[in-house]
Amino acid sequence: MMIYLPIAEVSVNAFLLLGLGGIVGVLSGMFGVGGGFLMTPLLFFIGIPPAVAVATEANQIVASSFSGVLAHLKRKTVDLKMGTVLLTGGLVGAGLGVIVFNYLKGLGQVDLLVKLCYVVFLGIIGGLMFVESLRALRRSRAAGGAPLPRRRSRGWIHALPFKMRFRTSGLYISVIPPLVVGVLVGILAAIMGVGGGFIMVPAMIYLLGMPTKVVVGTSLFQIIFVTAFTTLLHATTNFTVDIVLAVLLLVGGVIGAQIGARIGTKLKAEQLRILLAIMVLAVCGKLALDLLIQPGELYSLGASGGH
Amino acid sequence: MRVLLLMLALLSAPAAAEEVVLGLSRDEVAITTRFDGSEILIFGAIKREEPIPADSELDVIITLAGPSQPITVRRKARRFGIWINTDAVEVDAAPSFYAVAASGVLTEVLKEVEDLRYRVSINRAIRSVGAPETVTDSETFTEALIRIRRDSGLYQRLDDHVVVDQQTLFRTSVTMPANLTEGAYATRIFLVRDGVVVSEKSTKIDVRKVGLERWLFTLSRQQPLIYGLLSIAIAIAAGWGASAVFRYIRA
Repeated sequence: MMIYLPIAEVSVNAFLLLGLGGIVGVLSGMFGVGGGFLMTPLLFFIGIPPAVAVATEANQIVASSFSGVLAHLKRKTVDLKMGTVLLTGGLVGAGLGVIVFNYLKGLGQVDLLVKLCYVVFLGIIGGLMFVESLRALRRSRAAGGAPLPRRRSRGWIHALPFKMRFRTSGLYISVIPPLVVGVLVGILAAIMGVGGGFIMVPAMIYLLGMPTKVVVGTSLFQIIFVTAFTTLLHATTNFTVDIVLAVLLLVGGVIGAQIGARIGTKLKAEQLRILLAIMVLAVCGKLALDLLIQPGELYSLGASGGH
Repeated sequence: MRVLLLMLALLSAPAAAEEVVLGLSRDEVAITTRFDGSEILIFGAIKREEPIPADSELDVIITLAGPSQPITVRRKARRFGIWINTDAVEVDAAPSFYAVAASGVLTEVLKEVEDLRYRVSINRAIRSVGAPETVTDSETFTEALIRIRRDSGLYQRLDDHVVVDQQTLFRTSVTMPANLTEGAYATRIFLVRDGVVVSEKSTKIDVRKVGLERWLFTLSRQQPLIYGLLSIAIAIAAGWGASAVFRYIRA
């Protein structure tokens, strides 16, 4: 069934969109990532104008994250205090990110920089996670399934002021690192047009030392607010949020997220991490290839502007 | 201007005082939620006060053009091992949709000079001036624009696509793809004898969103904040709804 999208001004198959939303929703619920880093390139591929894809994707992530976070709230795997600190930074970051984005747009190379951002960040994060979780998996096997208690000393982080107790995460750390993480992820999220979960999740695990089980729910919690803010910014400045496209994606997405959250609880943390790492690396590889291999069509059309 | 053209036409072919009487299968294309492209039938007759000239063959050319917009055409080149956009050329005005149907092969039916004057062929319908000094081959950018749009069905050259009966009745059909831009689509009909335009007639086809499409589009432009909040509200409601449904299923 073909459906005409009022803002994107293209006609696409409604079932294709529902299916895409569903698949990405499952991944979203499983890993606590918004799924934007997968969905946005997929939307480009089926012919949605990039500006509309980025803005609408932000709106869709609100829905799947909200659905996901409810499932996590029930299991009490959301650190609301930590989430609030992170999202405070995230909102500031998203605002800064939009300013940076518009500046890059003026330079005329925003596409390339967005893609390079993807390749670099997905590459680093995916690689680190893959190696780390592979090592953890091997270690837990050697120890007969019992996970090793790891208490890394974080010397300089512990020396920072404004300490706060995050009971759900079992942490007593300064608010500065989570705030900084929030701002940085917010900036990247706005530039790359994603929720930022794929950066946030590893940052929480490796930089803040939060337990994996809490990380997913907390990440989803703060993504809701950052993406809702981004949606509003896009809707009021660029008029690129397509509500019909969003509804189709999110109907599939919210159902997928519920299923994903249930699959997620059945998998071990290490397995979860290694799967996410593989997925991140795959997307990174695809984008890198696009930059390296000569494209079939060297020319591209874009709306005029910036002059 | 029109009087001048008419006089020119009369001067160039004094015997053939021919005029177009035009019909359209529809003068409005409504874009609804289920819109999946549209076919338009353009037909008409030729009115004459004098007998049909025997010494020359009559040809008919019909063009259908969407609203023109400025467009940036970018070209990728290899820099530091990766393919990035390097050169860009601004095309001042390119129609979002352009179809040109002719009763013969366009290049044989119409003289180059006439094409230039009336901007009939796809190349002439695009107005491009002032490529930056760094770009020496700006024509390849225009060609690329035409190629990309032709591949997606937005630019169509339909040779031998106008049927002319008894040198009096003519008809053609144009298929419009689903990804149309809103606006007034200019339809022009040219009567051509010996490669020269003897008569021209133009009308408009209105392509516009209706119903839900129109309401959402208008809301997003006129009340963007409300539109944005509405989008978020729908997202939250859908997220909550799915969660509630799943809880109910499990219980």
